[in-house]
Amino acid sequence: MTPRSRLHIPFPPARPGDKPDFSYVQISPAGAVARPETMAPARDIEDLAGQMVRVLGDDAKAVGSWNPHLEPQDLQVGLRYMLLTRLFDDRMQRMQRQGRMSFYMKSTGEEAVSIAAGMALLPTDMLFPSYRTQGLHVVRGHSLVDLMCQCLSNTRDMCKGRQMPVMYHWASGNIFSISGNLATQFPQAVGWAMAAAIKGEDRIAASWIGEGSSAEADFHHALTFAAVYRAPVILNVVNNQWAISTFQGFAGGELQTFAKRGSGYGMPGIRVDGNDFLAVYAVTQWAAERARQSGGPTLIEHVTYRAAAHSTSDDPSRYRPKEEWQAWPLGDPIVRLKQHLIALGEWSEERHSALEKELSAHVTACWKEAASYGTLTEGPTLDPATMFEDVYKEMPPHLARQRDELLALSRLQPARGSDEEQRQTQAVAKEG
Amino acid sequence: MANMNMVQALNSAMDIMLERDPRVVILGEDVGYFGGVFRVTDGLQRKHGEHRVLDTPIAEGGIVAAAIGMGVNGLKPVAEIQFADYIYPAFDQVVSELARLRYRTAGEFSAAVTIRTPCGGGIRGGQTHSQSPEGIFTHVCGIKVVMPSNPYDAKGLLISSIEDEDPVVFFEPKRIYNGPFDGDPHKPAIPWSSHPSGAVPEGYYTVPIGRAEIVRPGKDVTVLAYGTMVHVAEAAVRLAGVDAEIVDVRTLAPLDVDTLCTSVCKTGRCVVVHEATRFSGYGAELVATVQEECFWHLEAPIQRVTGWDTPYPHAFEWEYFPGPARIAAALKSVMEAA
Repeated sequence: MTPRSRLHIPFPPARPGDKPDFSYVQISPAGAVARPETMAPARDIEDLAGQMVRVLGDDAKAVGSWNPHLEPQDLQVGLRYMLLTRLFDDRMQRMQRQGRMSFYMKSTGEEAVSIAAGMALLPTDMLFPSYRTQGLHVVRGHSLVDLMCQCLSNTRDMCKGRQMPVMYHWASGNIFSISGNLATQFPQAVGWAMAAAIKGEDRIAASWIGEGSSAEADFHHALTFAAVYRAPVILNVVNNQWAISTFQGFAGGELQTFAKRGSGYGMPGIRVDGNDFLAVYAVTQWAAERARQSGGPTLIEHVTYRAAAHSTSDDPSRYRPKEEWQAWPLGDPIVRLKQHLIALGEWSEERHSALEKELSAHVTACWKEAASYGTLTEGPTLDPATMFEDVYKEMPPHLARQRDELLALSRLQPARGSDEEQRQTQAVAKEG
Repeated sequence: MANMNMVQALNSAMDIMLERDPRVVILGEDVGYFGGVFRVTDGLQRKHGEHRVLDTPIAEGGIVAAAIGMGVNGLKPVAEIQFADYIYPAFDQVVSELARLRYRTAGEFSAAVTIRTPCGGGIRGGQTHSQSPEGIFTHVCGIKVVMPSNPYDAKGLLISSIEDEDPVVFFEPKRIYNGPFDGDPHKPAIPWSSHPSGAVPEGYYTVPIGRAEIVRPGKDVTVLAYGTMVHVAEAAVRLAGVDAEIVDVRTLAPLDVDTLCTSVCKTGRCVVVHEATRFSGYGAELVATVQEECFWHLEAPIQRVTGWDTPYPHAFEWEYFPGPARIAAALKSVMEAA
């Protein structure tokens, strides 16, 4: 037989109907990986990219040199924000299902990635998020009402109805805007960090993308520019195993960890248990200290699992086993931090239920307020003529003409008037 | 006043802006130590420092993305894409990010980035060093598109672009970097010092974005052109022996409709000229605009003279180039119609 070349087509270990199989996930025991000096040369710490930094063990105790030794109050704050993010997500998903919103994306199971990093960085550091890091907004104290208004495209939508739900931004909170085009923010974060260094500031930038979008050229641009100029930036790859229906093997994760790509560019790559709040906090803090001392960029791979569907438009039961989330070996970040606090004697099931109740009530109150400012389907929305604003700083004549054309048209049609508002008020009442 | 060619005029614009505004930074391939493959940034790094004038990796997408991040962080980056033909790897960053950042954040974030890039043929550059992709960018809302035709405008428009709060894609017709070119490659090159627009103030001045200029007044027919083709059109008008009004569009977006259409309404005839390919080219927008605004004044169908709808061929560039003979033929044809 004549030899011929054949393609390797990556295939996930389990598809619907199969038993979940995560044997491909290499896991180091908690505390097994040593924390190097902050300014250690990248080539001396290459093994960090193949192992997995973990602090919380199966016994819920914090161990090893990466233990950030946070105060119990800080851990409680972390737990609170993770829980709030999850409850916020759940509520928004339900509202989408009720037809109140066009779209939503949950971050369930990945909350530690955003919350721990957000706590380890300074409020002045600039964050370039992905669409599944809403926890960054939550941990920085962005009002849930504002986030909900964005999702509702209502009269208080920060994006003025121009972006799909979850594409938030928050200039005063130092959180950049989310683009629907994946990975574009990664090299932008590097440019931002370069500017900080050019201006002589000690602020740093951090950005997040999924392992799937690490296949984009922007990933390579980001790492190249970050490494060449040793920019003060933290580049996070959130490896949640799934990019819609394609597993992480389709982004090149079968043969090598994503963290190992760092060493090819001459920067440290750290693979961390993304569901371990303490470990995520510790590696972020390490990378931030390094960046602030002109030590340059760090690539962090957060190993986690996308417990929810990709989005409300997605049905994961068509491409992966339903039981995967239960079988995920790194567990649930909220449960793990909760167990740790309980083991420390600083938390209890009762306090946890009380917190859950409190936060649920808060989310409900926020939703009622947000919906009172309008929803996409029932209004009120902003004046459609605002669509011509902000294309340029000053509106050029051709846009002014087009706006007038729209306004003339709307004068011929019945306005979205008071009966709309009435329906909307009723809907809010029903919701409560 | 000094005599400057377009390279020197552009260099002077950046030199002045680096001096005046600490937020201005220059970045691009070979722009630093070496001063650019066309020498446009010559000496700027030596004078202003390597944190203000940065050599970059060969990654156009990375250059524009980094410039956006810098712009978000309060700098005013001037990014060079070495040839307009190389801009496509940066396309997503220009179209989806730079152009729409202000819009998608309702004005909370923006990046005042200027992208300079040499375009056009006539330098034996073949199909990857000769393109004129301006029409691709004028189709994108949120960016301004500029193409000067002489050193005076080049400097004034580049300063305006750098000062502009919106992103600008600034096309530099490289065939006329060193002198006005009338479309005949067999004639000896003429330096800018022999042309009135080669006289350039040494200091700061601006040429406003959004204004076209009448470079030759006339009453018979209006020629709409920009970049290199302004000079080719002048030669064609001499060849055809018509009293044509030549309008240098200069800013392709936003377009100065008034100047263009006032001229066409006056002359009643119009020829649109560009070096880029014809189908869905920028000329189609000009023709449509003129038709909408001047229909009842038109005496003849509007004609387009453009590059052929093929890639720019290396060996046949003068057969490809829309030279004076083709433009003159179009001028005669619109004069003879009706």
